Amino acid sequence: MGSILEQLINGLRSGSIYALIALGYTMVYGIAKMINFAHGDIIMVGAYALYVLIALLKVPVMAAVFLTIIICSVLGIIIEKVAYKPLRKAPALSVLITAIGVSFFLQSLALLIFKPNPIAFKSIINVNSIRIGDITISGVSLVTFIITFICMVSLTYFINKTKTGAAMKAVSEDKAAAELMGINVNRTISITFAIGSGLAAVAGILFVCQYQSIQPTLGALPGIKAFVAAVLGGIGSIPGAMIGGLVLGLIESISKAYISSQLSDAIVFGVLVVVLLVKPSGLLGKNRIEKV
Amino acid sequence: MKKDKKVTNNNSIFTLKNLIYLICVIAGYFVLTYLAEGDLLSRQSKSLIIPMGINIILAVSLSLTVGFLGELSLGHAGFMAIGGYTGALITLHMNLPKGIEFTIALIAGGIMAAIFGFLIGLPVLRLKGDYLAIVTLAFGEIIRSVLTSLKFTGGAQGLTKIPRYSNYTWVYIVMVLTVVLISNFVKSRHGRAIISVRENYIAAESIGIKVSKYKVMAFVIAAFFAGVAGVFYGHNLSILKPGDFDYNKSIEILVIVVLGGMGNIKGSIIAAVALTILPEMLRSVDEFRTLLYAVVLIAAMLFRSSGFKTKLEESGKLPKFMKSNKNNAK
Repeated sequence: MGSILEQLINGLRSGSIYALIALGYTMVYGIAKMINFAHGDIIMVGAYALYVLIALLKVPVMAAVFLTIIICSVLGIIIEKVAYKPLRKAPALSVLITAIGVSFFLQSLALLIFKPNPIAFKSIINVNSIRIGDITISGVSLVTFIITFICMVSLTYFINKTKTGAAMKAVSEDKAAAELMGINVNRTISITFAIGSGLAAVAGILFVCQYQSIQPTLGALPGIKAFVAAVLGGIGSIPGAMIGGLVLGLIESISKAYISSQLSDAIVFGVLVVVLLVKPSGLLGKNRIEKV
Repeated sequence: MKKDKKVTNNNSIFTLKNLIYLICVIAGYFVLTYLAEGDLLSRQSKSLIIPMGINIILAVSLSLTVGFLGELSLGHAGFMAIGGYTGALITLHMNLPKGIEFTIALIAGGIMAAIFGFLIGLPVLRLKGDYLAIVTLAFGEIIRSVLTSLKFTGGAQGLTKIPRYSNYTWVYIVMVLTVVLISNFVKSRHGRAIISVRENYIAAESIGIKVSKYKVMAFVIAAFFAGVAGVFYGHNLSILKPGDFDYNKSIEILVIVVLGGMGNIKGSIIAAVALTILPEMLRSVDEFRTLLYAVVLIAAMLFRSSGFKTKLEESGKLPKFMKSNKNNAK
């Protein structure tokens, strides 16, 4: 019994990280109607930024975390301005290829600067693990849960209660109408990219604290899995991304523990295929009717 | 569509144009023989001839899905892996004369990849655009992780001691066949249907074109040739590892197609040749290779949608080979 519970906790931990990343995918998709392929690599940039700040520049931990989030947010805005904004009216295929290009660019740049060998990185979370009955929850898991919860609550508040959040919702509904209502569409899109990338940075920090090694491709797989989570929850839906992330984390850890650790990736992607076949709009997504 | 009319009017295959093509192909073979056998090239350059052919096959086949169908497939390396493994298992376990064995391997590798293309095509035909791209990527990854976990494919170490059957003659013949088949297919009735799906699938559907059928058809044909290329790949390197067929390999093929101009077979061939030779010539700056690929992807897309290209086209200064069919996939 205890081992199942521990697997569930592991699943929730990786699921929380997926949820944080999936939020970025979903928000960007809702507003820009594009899949930001480079989103996964922002996690990697966050991890390296944290490493450089803490291990090389000896910045205090809290300041380093804060700076990492800012670096990633700014990077998100720059990517949007340079690569995606000129293509807003271009066919979807061009945007997608550009996004892949950006993702590849970030990976190769990291490869060039930091070399392919993994860098060991000591976790910055020093919290003791706690025991409830016969199960142990590690400090990293605990901090991951708390931070994810805080991020989700504040994001929900931000979207639903603030003026900028309302603007984001309006732009995702109808860009042209939102512009007519006096909403600065470009600014809103930039803010969305900034928030999404900021969340990816948080996910990246939690990710390296968990695995304690950094390499240029570290963002690719979690990025794709988080995308699966976003689709599972219904892309464009913020609560959907949260639920999708957690469910995916659970599926992954259970299949790792009870089926095969090598096949767990295949099972996760199998989930994507099944979801797209059975309910392409995802758990909480809206059906979009296509007009001719 | 002017071009197509001309083709359908000329029903005979013995036109002057085709004759010239035939002569070019034969001359190309003699040049290749001279290059591969003679002393003109260094050993290292000679070793590029086969990868070049493989890349052309891969690029031309991917061009069918990306360029003509207008859907992004990120699992091309997966199909290549299926073909490569199938072919290698056949040549490793069969004891037939080299020629027969290799022919069987090539065909079986292609058919196996095509079967998988069909299986993947069936579910994804309901999807388009971003979703389809991700599903193909997911399938590529599934294939890779299944290959890693299976016993008879050798796990993560992969297969070794595959006979080195790939030589320039085989690759050249199959490459020419691929190019001829695909460029004729694109001009055929089915090919035009596929292009119409790209241009406007709603309009295509409304005049009775079965969108799903043609999507699967394009997928299966592309997968077949990717499988054949995979067989050559395995029999050239003599080892196959699941790690060779990762996402980056698919992107590499995509870069060739994008650089050649989507929907332009000649462009794909030129780009495949260039992108095989270039990294070898730039050995000293090898680290910059993937960076260069990324920049090519982004720059090509930005150039396509900037007003710059239209202006060049209108002023007639754009080289003819760079003109591609209009892509209004929306």
